[in-house]
Amino acid sequence: MAIKLEIPTALRPFTGKQASVEFEAATVGEALKTLTTTYGDLRKHLYNDDGKLRSFVNIYVNDEDIRYLEKENTAIKDGDTISIVPSIAGGR
Amino acid sequence: MSAAPTLFFSEEIARGIRECGARDYPNETCGAMLGVDGERREVRALFPLVNRRDDSPRNRFSVTAEDVRAAERAATEQGLELIGWYHSHPDHPARPSEFDREHAWPWYSYVIVSVAAGQPQDMTSWRLADDRSHYLPEELGAPQGK
Repeated sequence: MAIKLEIPTALRPFTGKQASVEFEAATVGEALKTLTTTYGDLRKHLYNDDGKLRSFVNIYVNDEDIRYLEKENTAIKDGDTISIVPSIAGGR
Repeated sequence: MSAAPTLFFSEEIARGIRECGARDYPNETCGAMLGVDGERREVRALFPLVNRRDDSPRNRFSVTAEDVRAAERAATEQGLELIGWYHSHPDHPARPSEFDREHAWPWYSYVIVSVAAGQPQDMTSWRLADDRSHYLPEELGAPQGK
């Protein structure tokens, strides 16, 4: 099933400047795996050393945060859009 | 990315960031920087945000995904891009902390203004190295040779 994956500006240098890519995938996890396999330099910005999504990486399926769905097991269907949305944190 | 990237902004923009830092002292201020990123990167407008870290606002700041989306919409409406973020370090140097690095995104410019006893001090800008290992200092420049 073809799904669209929207790439935030900050990560576009790692996807050949593409704002979105399309993949065949059945779950959010599959889509992200394909993304980070295709564009390997992206992986360290999305996942920590334990292989978990970083806390400031937010994944939405059609505007719904996957934390409130089935997280990376969230099923996706043809025509869905997955968005990677940053949150920003820091401090002294 | 070039070895020594430069972030251009006017004195008015610089003053705006300093004023946010002084206004929110002793808490950390935060906001988005909207601008252009072509042959050179220039901040054209600020988008001040509320620091969402209610538990420790004096040494941390947080911008939610919804706030990021609002900043992106504001940039689009003005024909600009969301090119980076600013925040303050109250009573602390304008240097990125380990916490800053761990939570940084690549590509964005991160401006830090030091605020000592309520008075804005040094301002610096940084970009995360592509391998996340460290921050690269960014030169600060005035637009159009001012």
